[in-house]
Amino acid sequence: MSDSQVAAAHGEVNNPALLHHFAEPQQQRDASSLGMWAFLATEVMFFGGLFCAYLIYRLMYFGDFGAASKTLDVKLGATNTAVLICSSLTVVLAVWAAQTGRRMMLVGNLALTLILGMAFLGIKGVEYKEKFEKHHVPGASFQFQEKIPGHPDQYANPQHAQIFFALYFVMTGLHAVHMIVGIGIFVWLLFMAWKGRFTPEYNTPVEMGGLYWHFVDVIWIYLFPLLYLIDRHP
Amino acid sequence: MSMATAQAQTVGRENYLNKEYGVVSWLLTTDHKRIALLYLLSITFFFFIGGFFALLIRLELLTPAGDLVQADTYNKLFTMHGMVMVFFFLIPSIPAVLGNFLVPLMIGAKDLAFPRINLLSWYLYIIGGVMMLHCMLTGGVDTGWTFYTPFSTAFTNTKIVEAGLSIFVVGFSSILTGLNFVVTIHRMRAPGMTWSRLPLFIWAHYATSIIQLLGTPVIAITTVLVAVERTLHLGIFDPKLGGDPLLFQHLFWFYSHPAVYIMILPAMGVVSEIIACFSRKRIFGYSFVAFSSIAIAVFGFLVWAHHMFVAGISVYAALVFSLLSYAVAVPSAVKVFNWTATLYKGSIHYDAPMLYAFGFVGLFTMGGLTGLFLAALGIDVHVTDTYFVIAHFHYIMVGGAVMGYLGGMHFWWPKISGKLYPEGWAKLAALIVFIGFNLTFFPQFVLGYLGMPRRYYDYSHMPEFQVLNVLSTAGATILGVGYLLPMVYFLWSMRYGKPASDNPWNAAGLEWKTASPPPTFNFDEEPVVTWEAYNYDELDTGHKQEVHVVG
Amino acid sequence: MSEHSTSSSLKTYVAIWIALLVGTALTVYASGLDLGRFNAAVALVIATIKATLVALFFMHIKGSSEKLTKLVVISALFFLLILLGLAMSDYATRAWT
Repeated sequence: MSDSQVAAAHGEVNNPALLHHFAEPQQQRDASSLGMWAFLATEVMFFGGLFCAYLIYRLMYFGDFGAASKTLDVKLGATNTAVLICSSLTVVLAVWAAQTGRRMMLVGNLALTLILGMAFLGIKGVEYKEKFEKHHVPGASFQFQEKIPGHPDQYANPQHAQIFFALYFVMTGLHAVHMIVGIGIFVWLLFMAWKGRFTPEYNTPVEMGGLYWHFVDVIWIYLFPLLYLIDRHP
Repeated sequence: MSMATAQAQTVGRENYLNKEYGVVSWLLTTDHKRIALLYLLSITFFFFIGGFFALLIRLELLTPAGDLVQADTYNKLFTMHGMVMVFFFLIPSIPAVLGNFLVPLMIGAKDLAFPRINLLSWYLYIIGGVMMLHCMLTGGVDTGWTFYTPFSTAFTNTKIVEAGLSIFVVGFSSILTGLNFVVTIHRMRAPGMTWSRLPLFIWAHYATSIIQLLGTPVIAITTVLVAVERTLHLGIFDPKLGGDPLLFQHLFWFYSHPAVYIMILPAMGVVSEIIACFSRKRIFGYSFVAFSSIAIAVFGFLVWAHHMFVAGISVYAALVFSLLSYAVAVPSAVKVFNWTATLYKGSIHYDAPMLYAFGFVGLFTMGGLTGLFLAALGIDVHVTDTYFVIAHFHYIMVGGAVMGYLGGMHFWWPKISGKLYPEGWAKLAALIVFIGFNLTFFPQFVLGYLGMPRRYYDYSHMPEFQVLNVLSTAGATILGVGYLLPMVYFLWSMRYGKPASDNPWNAAGLEWKTASPPPTFNFDEEPVVTWEAYNYDELDTGHKQEVHVVG
Repeated sequence: MSEHSTSSSLKTYVAIWIALLVGTALTVYASGLDLGRFNAAVALVIATIKATLVALFFMHIKGSSEKLTKLVVISALFFLLILLGLAMSDYATRAWT
C-alpha cells in the first residue's frame, strides 16, 4: 500500500492544523469546543459574583438604586444592546461562511463584527464621559443629588447611590474589558481569514471566537435591563 | 518484536527527562510531565516559606507573653502562613504535580488536551508567586488569609491590593489546570478506557477540576472588588458607607469553602490508588467512591456560610447551612468506609506509601468528625475563632492532604524519576511525620475547647495554656524534621537510587505499563484497554494483561 | 458540528436576530409601564428569553447532539443560582424575629 493509502486507511487527514497529541481532527475540535464552553462557565461565575452583589444591594436600597439608574441614558443603552445583537448576527454569519467555504463573506462579517464592537465601546465611552462630567464616578469627587423616583420630596442617599455606580462601573467596565479582548481575538481571526486559513474542514477558531462573542453579548443582555431599566415608569 | 527493538527498550532509553537538556527546554516545554516537575519545584519552595512562617508562629507561642515579635508582625506571620500555604501550596499541590504528571498516563493519552495552556498555567503560578513574594518582602499583609472587610479595605495599611492581585493571578492558574483536566478526561481517553474503568485518582481530579472551574472565578471577582474598594474608598463592603461586610464574607467563602475540597479530593484519589495497590484488591464499592467524589464537589458549594455562623447572618440561614454541612460529610464518610472495607481480607503491605495512606484515613476521619462538631450551631458558638477550628482544619489539610501528597510522591516516585527511594528512611520519615503531626495539633483541640483564641500572639491572661502550646511547638519541630527527610532522600535517590523497573509495585493502572521514567509521548503504542480497573487478582496470579496495539 | 441545510440556517439566524431586537424594544417599553414589583420580573424574563435564543441558535446548542455542552451550561447556571439563592436566604431572613 502506498503511504497515502495507508494514511487514508487509518483515517488520518493530512491536516497541518492537527496537533500531535490528538488522534484525529474531530477529537481536536471536540476538545476545543468543550474547552471553550468550560471557560464560558467560569466566566458565568466570574460575572456571577457581581450579579450577586448587585442583587443584594438593589433589594436593600431599591429607591436609591432607582434614582441612580435613572441618570443612565436609556437610549444609548438600548442602542448598544441593538449594536451587540447585530454583531452576534454578523458573528453567526461569519461562522456559517467559514463552514461553507465562503471566504469573502467570512472576511466581511468578521470586519462588520469588529466595527460593531468598536461602535459599542465608542458609545460606552460617551456614556462614561457623561458620568464623569456629572460627578457620578465613585471616588473622592462623587456627588449625587437626585430624587428617588416616585418620591418627589425625598433625595436619594448618596452613599447608596455610590454603591450603584461602583457596581455599574465594575460590571460594565469588566464587560468592556471582555469586549476589548473579543475585538483582539476577532482582529486575529480577520487576519487569518484574509489569508485563507479557514476552510470547511478547519474553522474551529472562528466557531470558538464566535462562542466567546455571543457570551459577551449575553452578559450585556442581562446588564442592560438590570442597570438601566430599574424604575423608569412615570 | 525484533531483538533490536527489545534491546533498545532497556538500555539508555530516551525518556522525558533526558530527551532534551538545558534550562530553555524546560522553561518552554509543553510536556505535561516536565510541567509537573516545574510545579514540584515551585510548590516545594512555597511550602518552605509557609513552613518558615509556621515556625515563627510556634516559636512565639512557646511563651504566654508576646515576646518574640510585635503584635502587628504576628498578624503578618499568620496571614502569610495561611495565604502561602493555601494558595501557593495546598491548592496546586496534588493536581499540579501528580495530576499533571499522571492524568494523561492513567487514561492512555499522549498529553493533556491543551499542553500550551498547561505551561501558561505554570507561568501564571510563577507570576502570582513573584507578586506574593514581593508583597511579603515589602511589608506583607496582616488581615488573616481571609482578609475580611472593612479592615482589609478601609483600615489596614498593609499591601492588600498586591496580595489580592497575586491571588487573582494564581487563581487563573488553578482555573486553567481544572479546565485542562476536564477536557482531557472527557476527550482524550484511550480506546476501551470507559468511565467505569478509570482509576479513582482520575475521578477525584475530575471532581476537583469542577470546583476549580466554578469556584475560583468568584474569589477572583472578590479580590477585584476589594482592590477597587480599597483604591477608591468605596462602600461596597464598608458599613460606614452603606455597604455590608458580610457580603464580602459570602463571596469569599463561596469559593474558599469549596477550595478545601480542592485540597482534599485529590489526596483522596491518591489514597484510593495506594490502598488498592497495597491491599492487592479492587477498591470496595468503586462506583460509590467515584460518585461520592462528584457529590463532594457539588455539595461543597452549598455549605459556605458555616464559616459565618457568628458573623451576623440570619439564624434561619445558619440553620440551613448547618443542615447542609452535615449532608456534605456523608460522601466523605462513604469513602472512609469503602477504604476500610477494601483493607478487609486484603493482603496488606506496609510500604511507605501505605503508611501515609493509613495516616490519612485516621487523621482525616478525626478532622472530618470535628468538622461535624463545628457544623453544630451550639458548639460552633463556643469554639469558633479558637484553636479548635485551627486543629480541625490542620487535621484535614496536613493530616489529610499533605499526607496524601507525600504518600503519592512516594508511590509514583519510581515512575517520575526512574529511581527507587530508600524504603527504610521513607518508613522512618512517615512515622516521624505522624508522631510530629499529632503532637503538634492534638493539643490544639484541647486548647481551643478550653478557650484559647486563634490569631493571638499573647495569651498571658491564661498562662495555663503554656504547657499545651509547648507540646504543640515541640511537635511542629518533629514534623519539620519529618518533612525534610523525604526532600533529602528523594534528591539523593535521583543520583544514587536503584533504577526502577516499569512497575516496581506490580500496581494496576496504565501509568505502570510504560517505562520508568516514561518516554515523552508516554506510550510506545496507544493502549487499548480491555480490563477493569484495579485488576489485582490478575496481576497477582501472573496473568498479565497484554497491551493490544493499534494497527 | 451539526449539519443543517444552508438556507434554513440563514433564515433562522435572521429570524432570531429580529426576535432579539423586538425583545429589546419590548423590554424598554415594559420598563415604562407601572407594573409594581413585576417590572423586574418582566425585565428578567425577557432577558432570559433573549439569552436563551442566543445560546440555542447562535451558539448552536439546539441541534447539537453533544449532551455535555448542555450539562456544562446547566451546571454553570445551577451554581450561579446557588450563589444568588443561598446568599439571598441570609439577607431575606435577617429581619425575621
